[in-house]
Amino acid sequence: MAFTPLEKVEEHYDVIVIGSGLGGLTCANRLAKAGHSVLLLEHHTQLGGLATWFKRGGHTFDVSLHGFPFGMVKTCKKYWSKEIRDSIVQLKNIVFDNPQFSLTTTFSKDDFTRILYKKFKLDRITVDDFFNTVRAMNFYDDQGMTTRELFEQFFPGRSDVHRLLMEPITYANGSTLDEPAITYGIVFSNFMNRGVFTFEGGTDRLIGLMADDLQKSGVTICTGARVDRIVVENGKTRGVMVGQKMIAAPAVVSNSGITNTIDNLAGREAFSDDFLSRFDKVVVNNSSCQVYFGIRKGDSFEDVGDLLFTSTAREFSSEEMRLMDTKSRTFSVYYPKTRPDKPDYTVVASMNGNYADWATLTDREYSLAKEAMVERCFVDLERYIPGIRDKVDTIESATPKTFNRYTLHTEGTSFGTKFEGLDISRTLFKEVGGLFHVGSVGIIMSGWLGAINYGVIVANDVDAFVRS
Amino acid sequence: MTRDEIKDVILEIIEDIDEDAEFDELDADKPLRDQLDLDSMDFLDIVMELRKRYQLQIPEEEYPELATLNSCVNYLEPKLKDA
Repeated sequence: MAFTPLEKVEEHYDVIVIGSGLGGLTCANRLAKAGHSVLLLEHHTQLGGLATWFKRGGHTFDVSLHGFPFGMVKTCKKYWSKEIRDSIVQLKNIVFDNPQFSLTTTFSKDDFTRILYKKFKLDRITVDDFFNTVRAMNFYDDQGMTTRELFEQFFPGRSDVHRLLMEPITYANGSTLDEPAITYGIVFSNFMNRGVFTFEGGTDRLIGLMADDLQKSGVTICTGARVDRIVVENGKTRGVMVGQKMIAAPAVVSNSGITNTIDNLAGREAFSDDFLSRFDKVVVNNSSCQVYFGIRKGDSFEDVGDLLFTSTAREFSSEEMRLMDTKSRTFSVYYPKTRPDKPDYTVVASMNGNYADWATLTDREYSLAKEAMVERCFVDLERYIPGIRDKVDTIESATPKTFNRYTLHTEGTSFGTKFEGLDISRTLFKEVGGLFHVGSVGIIMSGWLGAINYGVIVANDVDAFVRS
Repeated sequence: MTRDEIKDVILEIIEDIDEDAEFDELDADKPLRDQLDLDSMDFLDIVMELRKRYQLQIPEEEYPELATLNSCVNYLEPKLKDA
């Protein structure tokens, strides 16, 4: 079904959702199913936010479909459709390869426990104790302890164990050993369940099914509509401006970044000094770099694993992982099974990155830096897929500048904000009546599962507000 | 609503959330989340459904009142007496 063009959009809705990341989509769907009239505005022609894909050279590349926790099965069943839930499949081969260890795992709790006993020679009581401790963590717990301290408490001096436990999480949400341990505990426990899962059919199919479900729920979807401003009068939300067009709503949910929402969309003048002083302490997470490789039709390679955490750096360091010439990267490997209807081989290399490192380059320096990044990825990939260079027919790359241009997020952040951003996001409507935020914040409300669940949490806040 | 009616409503909402939920051996005085594999997101769903059906606003700090089936009924009885 076609989306609604801007000129056909009504003058008034119960709720307007700005942006169609997984949080925005879920929030919109939930509110429409609860009986509210909902308008979803997206500035791109494609829905999904950073849950996105693009086509190049006859290939479809997934940008953020690297693997999500088992919890997505229940979440998709409850808040989306059975068809979406039934397309969730396990990625069975997760590979770690670095100077400290090389291993393949299902990334499930059972397998991880086995590896920690057998390969890392840790005693059972300590490992069980560690798993129980992180599983019991809640976001309202004491935030005094850092992840570094947590690791030192259970596995003192074991930089190899710290790497195994932390590296995937740093790729997943940009966190470091200096974040509150609870952010680690919550995210790690989500994954440390039954393994890592993906969506059969790719991101494009998932977002297509979500769009169908949204329309079935009665959400009006309007793409190519970039909101310029959230209109706030006397401390209350009135609606949004898209160009010269005013659309009224007592509740507006911004799925733009939290910093964009306050600084640019609502404008700082809408907030109290006290709130702004808390807000100004919010730190955004790092951005990302990616290199996309498409394999010539007819060519193939052996199964080398689904998700490879690779590094030639001596030890784990989240700072090293953000360097332009980092030696640490993941390879998400997509086989014909990813899109059974359109079988293909693609590989996506992902690295963390700092926006400032890339944004300050001249045009010439920037293109040279991108070329060097592609070459480093090729060199590393050759170790796992020999002869890959001769099989690749399409190469594309993205930097923090690309992520900034596409998402409009401050400093191109791929993972929202550090922990303090969660409280700002959650209390926005107490500051400006009817103004809500959904999107990656606080490290824990990040990733595919975090974004969808946060969409549900915010929908509950919005529903309470609209019905009050 | 009577206490029994409230109880039925709660179980009906839980069944909508989790079609596999088994109520036969449910102990009304023990936490629902331990017996039915409910998580905090499920409780949010219950809160939102009660608001939709009965315009009932349950503040976040009172969510713990929904811990067991009996505590749900005790908490909701005065609020739903005219429903």
